[in-house]
Amino acid sequence: MTDKEVASVSLTKANSLRSGPDERGRFGIFGGRFVAETLMPLVLDLDKAYRHAKADPAFQAQIDYMQRDYVGRESPLYFAERLTGHLREKSSVSGGKGGAKIYFKRDELNHTGSHKINNCLGQILLAMRMGKTRIIAETGAGQHGVATATVCARFGLPCVVYMGTTDIERQKPNVFRMKLLGAEVIPVTSGTGTLKDAMNEALRDWVTNVENTYYLIGTVAGPHPYPAMVRDFQSVIGEETKRQMMEREGRLPDSVVACIGGGSNAMGLFHPFLDDPSVKIYGVEAAGKGIETGEHCASLKGGSPGVLHGNRTYLLQDEDGQIKDGHSISAGLDYPGIGPEHSWLHETGRAEYVSATDREALDAFQLCSQLEGIIPALEPAHALAFVTKLAPTLPKDHLMVMNLCGRGDKDVFAVADHLGVTL
Amino acid sequence: MTTRLEKRFAQLKSQGRAAFVTFITAGDPDFDTTLGLLNGLPAAGADVIELGMPFTDPMADGPSIQASSQRALRNGASMKKTLELVRRFRESDNSTPIVLMGYYNPIYHMGVETFLGRAIEAGVDGLIVVDLPPEEDDELCVPAMKAGLNFIRLATPTTDDKRLPAVLANTSGFVYYVSITGITGSASPQARNVEAAVKRIKGHTDLPVAVGFGIKTPEQAAEIARAADGAVVGSAIVDAIAREIGTDGRVTPGAVERVLEFVGKLADGVHAARKAAAE
Repeated sequence: MTDKEVASVSLTKANSLRSGPDERGRFGIFGGRFVAETLMPLVLDLDKAYRHAKADPAFQAQIDYMQRDYVGRESPLYFAERLTGHLREKSSVSGGKGGAKIYFKRDELNHTGSHKINNCLGQILLAMRMGKTRIIAETGAGQHGVATATVCARFGLPCVVYMGTTDIERQKPNVFRMKLLGAEVIPVTSGTGTLKDAMNEALRDWVTNVENTYYLIGTVAGPHPYPAMVRDFQSVIGEETKRQMMEREGRLPDSVVACIGGGSNAMGLFHPFLDDPSVKIYGVEAAGKGIETGEHCASLKGGSPGVLHGNRTYLLQDEDGQIKDGHSISAGLDYPGIGPEHSWLHETGRAEYVSATDREALDAFQLCSQLEGIIPALEPAHALAFVTKLAPTLPKDHLMVMNLCGRGDKDVFAVADHLGVTL
Repeated sequence: MTTRLEKRFAQLKSQGRAAFVTFITAGDPDFDTTLGLLNGLPAAGADVIELGMPFTDPMADGPSIQASSQRALRNGASMKKTLELVRRFRESDNSTPIVLMGYYNPIYHMGVETFLGRAIEAGVDGLIVVDLPPEEDDELCVPAMKAGLNFIRLATPTTDDKRLPAVLANTSGFVYYVSITGITGSASPQARNVEAAVKRIKGHTDLPVAVGFGIKTPEQAAEIARAADGAVVGSAIVDAIAREIGTDGRVTPGAVERVLEFVGKLADGVHAARKAAAE
């Protein structure tokens, strides 16, 4: 295909909330390409390479094959019967409307234990199409680092993962996993040693090793085309959910709920539903110790628009435009920004963004373990905390889907610590 | 209108000299030290001063300048104070050009119009904003040019001939050639590569070309000055400042003089270079 033909394919979905971003990588005023000149030619190359790959059926077939046989997709859509029953009891006690019917999208069952692999698979296949021979990534909770290390092992490419020292401390099992998979984990001491600092350091590596290196970003942030590309690779979550719900209930869900750090699992679930106005969309940010305390990661609730890591989006920042450090019990949500498309969905009102505190997430973490026999990651435990509040206020025929985007094995030690249990 | 920057480069050209461009971070480690350095830099041989606007997340900078930003921010640096430094400097120096260098967010957060107004009022001549490539020109570059400030663009080894015209289109004052693919203060450039790159850029523009990233010694500065219209030194000066900071976070007595002495040696390297070549 010529560039012109590829461009025309991307313009076919006018008058849709799903047609963004524009040619400049903007969702409304959000997004863009705010990077140093050294990186700009690479970002333009990547955009072109991705547009060609997207239009190539062979590329999609490769992804589909790996998603099925390596990742284990599709992931089940599971009726969380006991949780539903529990929240319906709560509803009747509190004079609610009966309590919604709750489904979990089981992306925690994927190979490597989270949704992160969906994106890594797409991007590594693209990196190889582009002839890149070295992969770098940033990671917070370590789930993206593990997923990146996994696909690098699978395809035989060297892998360097940047991870903040604070996160290394609270996610030790994942650090060891990455090393087992053959990745080099580089500790980042700058800032508070969390995800934002890891991303700075990965960008510094990329700007130094432009010739052979592919930067595999783990969330729907960064310069265009990353936010759109990562969203596309994650949209398999929402597409499967839509199909599965039609099979199970014969109709669309009434609401979808997902947790948000950078927002990749949420964007993957939300995007296929953006043009279905009957579906309410809820994103749950990390309120940390409470938004009023200032120690949180809720960029939309407690931040303002700014420019960081290649895009304009909502950021936690002070009165001088300096970036503030977030706080969350969950390393995966500990990022002072959010994907630009979420900022746009927030401003247009298509999606509603709420938050859950550390405490609420810990409670939901235990509730899910005890009622469903599923130990969730602390990240989706935030989404679940909101579900436990919202579901009882809704009628019984309300169909709700929550993305259970990661499993909690990695969090067991940290949670024990928070609960005052010595292992 | 001819800006201080344009005047300075024209002057140097007529003298057959290369420009010595120095970088320090505003407020590193405190307001008074920076003001002392600013006031002493022209006499130490700086032809153009780049003043870093501290930012929490300097993605294109190496450890030296990252640390300088953190020191400044810890001691209360802010955009307001950076502009105040320029204003105070202008009380005694009305000819040395000052270019503010940094990242977009603190400017965006202040508001582009407000920032431009205050910068001009303070006596700023140009801007280098690392994370604003030509694709985002309407954000700040075009408004800055309209307001009468020079917007200095970075060209890099990855900027090929096809892209160069777009990079140069809205550039004024001078072109800053980043001599390596990498962060500030890392690998040092090869003089031969620099010469070729400067020649390539000059094929597309009449603007002076200054070269930076990785220049650490008077000898390296001299080499670059032979190949380009200017040599930029940042991390090495910032490191000299860092060496003057005691365990209590304060600068030792006489720090400003010693840093300026080091700057003087670098300046001698740059200024001797062109003379040697001309003789």
